[in-house]
Amino acid sequence: MESIQSTLGQVNVASIIIFFAFVAVTLIITYWAAKRTKTTSEFYAADRSISGLQNGLALAGDYMSAASFLGIAGMVALKGYDGLIYSIGFLVGWPLVMFLIAEPLRNLGKFTFADVVAFRLQQRPVRIASATGSLMTIVFYLIAQMVGAGSLVNILFGFPYETAVIIVGLVMIAYVLFGGMLATTWVQIIKAMLLLSGATFLVIMTLAKFGMNPVTLFQAAAEKYSDAMLSPGGFVKNPWDAVSLGLALILGTAGLPHILMRFFTVPDAKQARKSVFVATGLIGYFYILTFIIGFGAMVLVGQDVVSYFDKGGNMAALLLAESVGGQFFLGFIAAVAFATILAVVAGLTLSGASTLSHDLYVNVIKKGKSDEVGEVRVAKMATLIIGALAIILGLTFKGQNVAFMVGLAFAIAASANFPSLVLSIMWKPFTTKGAVASIITGAGLAVTLIILSPTIWVDIFGNAEAVFPLKNPALFSMTAAFLVGIVVSKMTKEKEAEAKFEDEKLRTYLGIGSE
Amino acid sequence: MGINSKRVAEILESEKFKNLVRKRFLVSTTLSLLMLLVYFGFILCVAFYKELLAYKIGEHITIGLPIGIGIIIFAWILTGIYTRWANRSYDKAVRDLRNNILSE
Repeated sequence: MESIQSTLGQVNVASIIIFFAFVAVTLIITYWAAKRTKTTSEFYAADRSISGLQNGLALAGDYMSAASFLGIAGMVALKGYDGLIYSIGFLVGWPLVMFLIAEPLRNLGKFTFADVVAFRLQQRPVRIASATGSLMTIVFYLIAQMVGAGSLVNILFGFPYETAVIIVGLVMIAYVLFGGMLATTWVQIIKAMLLLSGATFLVIMTLAKFGMNPVTLFQAAAEKYSDAMLSPGGFVKNPWDAVSLGLALILGTAGLPHILMRFFTVPDAKQARKSVFVATGLIGYFYILTFIIGFGAMVLVGQDVVSYFDKGGNMAALLLAESVGGQFFLGFIAAVAFATILAVVAGLTLSGASTLSHDLYVNVIKKGKSDEVGEVRVAKMATLIIGALAIILGLTFKGQNVAFMVGLAFAIAASANFPSLVLSIMWKPFTTKGAVASIITGAGLAVTLIILSPTIWVDIFGNAEAVFPLKNPALFSMTAAFLVGIVVSKMTKEKEAEAKFEDEKLRTYLGIGSE
Repeated sequence: MGINSKRVAEILESEKFKNLVRKRFLVSTTLSLLMLLVYFGFILCVAFYKELLAYKIGEHITIGLPIGIGIIIFAWILTGIYTRWANRSYDKAVRDLRNNILSE
């Protein structure tokens, strides 16, 4: 093994200073945003004042989680090319978001994607079903992020796990509670810029050691390890597994509530479209950077050292930062990774709070009759509930293997949220009963099948063989959700919904009457 | 805004509006299918023809590298193509129809 000289795990002063500077700046922004967060439209949607460019940055901020930064760089460091296959899956969902969802969503919706699913159907049943799908996606995603935050900070700064979870929880609640969508958006924008500039700088410092030529870096990796690092390896054992995971990643992106919610912050469809263009470019650029960072860690740090610090390779980017930029740069990248989690968790919490207050309280319990002041108060209470829940979940799942939960969140998003959203936007005969049946089928099957899959049945419960062979259920659960939605709609004609589909067209295509 | 239901029905039935809907459907489905085709083509290649992606185009360098990075860039270019089309042609048609409806 190469000599292990790293200060990882010790208290890094630079890191703590940079992290607290980030928290201080974002809290000042929250204070500024709080004065502009009085009405529901301000709380949930920043009063539709975010430009396409800003929203593109914020979308990228929402999507570039610590898992994708540290996890994918680590996967590349240990497995080479296979890490790239994974990041491609995460990226190609974005063009589909643009072509199929972004503009109609912006034109039809108000604050949540359930607004769009329920637009021409009976509000209460569809809202309840849609909110369930949303909340399931959000909770599983939150667990993964909170547990990730706790363990990351534990390794990085040497703080206890519980302290880290509570700090993340409290700061994030402050953003959302006082600053609503405006503060959350700016937190995402700042975090995205920090993460992109940090990763760019890391790549420049790494490539400087290879004559600024990535090809030389790849060749060095092949010479140090083997040519296998530059071609597909064991990523795909079962081709159906690869197809199913691919479906979950690309269509799940189009069903993540905290991503969809961002389209209500821009003034119109044109800005919605522009924001996806910006986000796709930034996220794609970011994945190319993580690919180079992974190879840099492989060559300059070494695979044995990377896996010594973390079996899954999650510390690769940080070890590389230390190796090319010293302790200060390690501190910078570590602080950025922590800020990243904070921002993603804030986005999730806001989206969970809008689901509870806007979908369930206002549209189900109050049947759509609620005054502005009352709704903002309920939304803030919902923020406290989801924030407290995030902290409790983070503490409960300490030390558990939660890596599968991101996959599960994507599977539910692809199976419960995406089919109902697409059918409601595009398919005239879609009915209330069809929507409810489709969502229940998608969410129920996604959860059941993942429990029976190798991911949980074998890896966590310790059984010898899985009942359901695929690691990701999306291929079955999503297909079933579409089929059930279509068949049940065919059996239960809903004249009113069909008539509204025609009127809706004016709003979907021309934006007339949209909020 | 002077929108009456008769006028709305007229617009919805108009050739211009139907054309707009048809065109948007055509563009968005074509681009979506193109993206899915490229992505699943790649994944199936990873699953069944690994050798193809391992084909060497230089010292140690495989063709899989430019292909993988190319797909990321391709995805972004597709969003650029759509944006350009929508900004130039779709938005113009929408503006015409909107003016037509709202001016009455």
